[in-house]
Formats: sequence, structure tokens, C-alpha cells
Amino acid sequence: MNPTLTIARRELKGYFASPVAFVFIVIFLLLASFFTFMIGGLFERGEANLAPFFTWHPWLYLFLVPAVGMRMWSEERRMGTIELLLTMPVTPWQAIVGKFLASWVVVGIALALTFPVVMTVNYLGSPDNGVIFAGYLGSFFMAGAYLAISSMTSAMTRNQVVSFIVAVVISLFLILAGYPPVTSLLTSWAPTWVVEGIAAFSVMTHFESIQKGVLDSRDVLYFLSVIGFSLFTTSVIIRAHRAG
Amino acid sequence: MIQVQNLRKEFGPKVAVNGVSFTVEKGEVLGFLGPNGAGKSTSMRMITGFIPPTEGSIKVGEFDMLENPIPAKRLIGYLPENAPSYADMSVRGFLAFTAELRGLSGDAGKKAVNRVLEMCFLENVQHQSVETLSKGYRHRTCFAQSIIHDPEVLILDEPTDGLDPNQKHEVRTLIKKMGETKAIIFSTHILEEVEAVCSRAIIIDRGTIVANGTPRDLKMRSDQAGAISVKLVDGNGEAIKSKLSHLNGVDRVAIISERPLTLRVWPRKGSGSDDVSRGIADLAFQERWPLQGLQVEEGRLDEVFRSITLPDTKSTKEETK
Repeated sequence: MNPTLTIARRELKGYFASPVAFVFIVIFLLLASFFTFMIGGLFERGEANLAPFFTWHPWLYLFLVPAVGMRMWSEERRMGTIELLLTMPVTPWQAIVGKFLASWVVVGIALALTFPVVMTVNYLGSPDNGVIFAGYLGSFFMAGAYLAISSMTSAMTRNQVVSFIVAVVISLFLILAGYPPVTSLLTSWAPTWVVEGIAAFSVMTHFESIQKGVLDSRDVLYFLSVIGFSLFTTSVIIRAHRAG
Repeated sequence: MIQVQNLRKEFGPKVAVNGVSFTVEKGEVLGFLGPNGAGKSTSMRMITGFIPPTEGSIKVGEFDMLENPIPAKRLIGYLPENAPSYADMSVRGFLAFTAELRGLSGDAGKKAVNRVLEMCFLENVQHQSVETLSKGYRHRTCFAQSIIHDPEVLILDEPTDGLDPNQKHEVRTLIKKMGETKAIIFSTHILEEVEAVCSRAIIIDRGTIVANGTPRDLKMRSDQAGAISVKLVDGNGEAIKSKLSHLNGVDRVAIISERPLTLRVWPRKGSGSDDVSRGIADLAFQERWPLQGLQVEEGRLDEVFRSITLPDTKSTKEETK
């Protein structure tokens, strides 16, 4: 079997052997429904779409996803198992991708378990399910981007708390760079092209457009490049750490 | 099987390993000795491909570890220091995982897992999770992982650390047996282990190899090697010492302990220990000394180790046994 899949399977088992995956899934579902129904007011709006559901995802992920990803490499370093893993006939890249995929599956499971929301709007009205699907896809890609960032920060340190905090800060930056209150603040003194340039780095900008049902290849490409860049940086950090 | 040339590793300004070269062939068990921080673990980490050397080359089988790491790593089984393992997995699950990474899945994997479970006496804990195990079991679990694919090269960083005397004995027997067909490098602090298991030993200190030879060769470098211990029930130590030092071929005599009275006689260079010990026996007979024992010392590895790795301290001539 492919080593990447072997590692991914082990990691996935690891998530479910510890409470991490369950806690994440339960908290995610609780918070997601709280924000959707209580604050987003899904019922009161009288619109058959999931905008009040997806709007909160960047913020929910901000704290929950780094909590899933923080152990990815720091635990490996703390326990010394990284020495075991990287002296196996496995390339660091296979290990990095395997671990990343496993954590992505955990988030994917949590996301899939929000299906009652979809059923609710379909029962109450006739929403555009294409748009809903696009929203899920965007949300899943966004979670992947946050996870890849967590992978990178967790490779930096053997301390999970540090890994978590740094991942939150980086993710927060990626949100705020395109968050309307921040961008409007910037437009008051920076030229438009600068503001737009910064906003182009934001997950908000790209998630917003996918969530509206516009599946632009540039948005998908954005998330894929954040994932690719972060995982590549992970490999650089791991190599640098091994080289001493 | 293993060729290491001019290995050098710098961590910032600190040189951890400096110009280490050696080879290990199949059928050899190489003991790696040295004080803590001498560079043993760093050397092993480089050989197994965990950390890249600053300089030098490593060849395992026909593969270069730096240019062709994957096939080189396939040949190696490795037990890292402190025997790490995934705490959340069961012993069986962990071994199955490592078997799969080694390319053994399905029936072959199951067979390999069962084989090492039996070899390392882990059968009755196989379904327990690693974190619930005692240190000895954890250690053996990681050791089992290193031999799961029956590798041609085994690299063991302190394989008997944390085991009880029986387990130590088992592991030593296992290493010795496997050493007949594999190339093995293992590091240890326990010097009897080297004598019991190794066909060759290397002592490293501050990153360089300071001695390389069979345990017998190394022991010959001991100050005690060839000296004769004379043990008496009682007697006047000083008087006996002066009589002994006038014997033919005797270089010097030292009193090792007063009670029981033990003296050590060093033969002069060129005169054999056998002649001198015969002279001592004759003298004892003439003088009617209550002789209890007369023994030609083989030399002791721990003494060699100390005299090599602690060049600044006085050599241990007056050491009591």
C-alpha cells in the first residue's frame, strides 16, 4: 500500500482514538447550529439559502481547525516518533501529505454531519442546491487551507499551545485582510490597488465568491496554493530542523 | 554492508561528530561506546538518514544514504534512543503500521507481526495500548518494530536501556544470534555487554573515534593487562611487596588492598607473565606465605574506557578491585 495512505489511516485512527476528533465534531456542530439559527436567524430571514450558515465558517474554523491540526507534527517531535517515521522508507513529503489528508478528513466528516441544515432548508423552501454545494466545497477548501497552515506551525515547535496560537494568528490575518470593516479602514489612506492586493490574500474574498455559487477557478486555485505553499513550508521546516 | 566515511556534524558552532569512518560487514556486531554526549546517537541518526551530515558519506548496502535514501532505509532496522512509539496505538496496531510502511501488508504483514511478537515476548500485551505498558515492554515494542522486516542492517541505540536483567540477557542473546547473518551496530553504556555480544568495538569521545578493535584487543590496552594479582590470607604487606619487587622480571608492585591482602605485580616489558607468576609461586612456597590466589589479569574494558575517554585524570593504577 502507498505509504501516504498508510500514514493517513494511522493518523485518522489516532484522531478517533483520542477525544480530539469527537470534541471537534461535537463543538463544531453545536457552534455551527447556534450561529446559524440563533444569531444568523435562518428561520426569521425567510430565505431559502444557507448564507447564515456559511458566513460563520471562517470564524468557527479560526479556533477549531488549528486545534485539530496543532498536534500534527509537534506531537511527533515531542514523543520522538518523528525519528521513527522519517527513518522508514518514506519521503517527508509522503508523511506530510498523509498527515494533512487525515486531518482534512476529520474536518470533512464534521462538515458532512451538518447535513440536517441542508435538509431543513430543502423542507422549508426550494433553495438552489448547486449554490449550497459550492458553499460546502468552499468551506471544505478553506478548512484545508487552515489545516495546512496548522501543519506548518506545528512543524515549527514541539509545543502544541504555541503551534495553536501561531496558527490562529496567521489564519486571523488571512481573514482580516479581506474583512470589510478592515478593508474599508484601509481604503481611507491606501490606494485601491494596495487594498485589493491585500484582500486577494484573504480567505474571506475567495470564500465569499464561492459561497455565492460562483465557482471561479481562481478561487479554487487560491485555496490550493495556500495548501501547497503551507505544506511545502512544512517540509522545509522539517528539513531545517533535522539538519540542526 | 555499512560504509561510513569522514562523517562530520556541526550543530551551530558545536562539532558533534568529527571525521568518523568505519565499515561494518555482514556477520559483524559492532559495539559503539563512549561517554554521554560523545556523538554516538548523532552518528546513528546520520547513518539511518534521520539527520543529514555536514560532511562525509554513508553507504548502506549499495545505496548512498544521501543520494538514494529510500532503498537505503529499506535495508535498515532502527531502534532510536528512548524507543519512541505511538502511545495511542495498541502494540499489535503499531507493529502492523510499521510493517505496512515497510511494504508488508495483508498476510505477509500479519506473519511478520506474529513473528516479532513472539520473538520479543509481547504476545500477552499485543492488544494493550502502548501508553499503558511499562518501560521494558515499550522498549521491546520498539525493538520489535526494528526487526519486523528482517533487515540486513540493524542499528540499535541503547537496546538494553531500561530492561531488567532477564530481559537484558534475552535481548543480548537475540542480538548475538542475529549478528551471525546481519550487520549490526549498537550503542551501550554497559561494558560487559560489549564483551558478551560484540565482535568489534569502537570507542568515540568528543566526536572522534579513539579506539577500534575486538573487545580482546581493547582489553589488552588496559594497564592491568598481563599484570599478576597475588592474594594472601594475611601477612605483612610492605615486606611481601619488597620481596616481590626483587623477583626476576618484575617491573613494579602495588598493594591493592590490605584485607584480604592483595598485591599486583607488573612484569617488566619483554618478560612473560607466565615466568613471573611461576617465580611468585616459588617465592610464596619458600617463604611459606598463605597464598590464596594467583591470577594473570586479562585487562578490563572499563579501565580502558576510562583511561581513553578521561585523558586528563591520573591513570587508575591504585584502583581497588
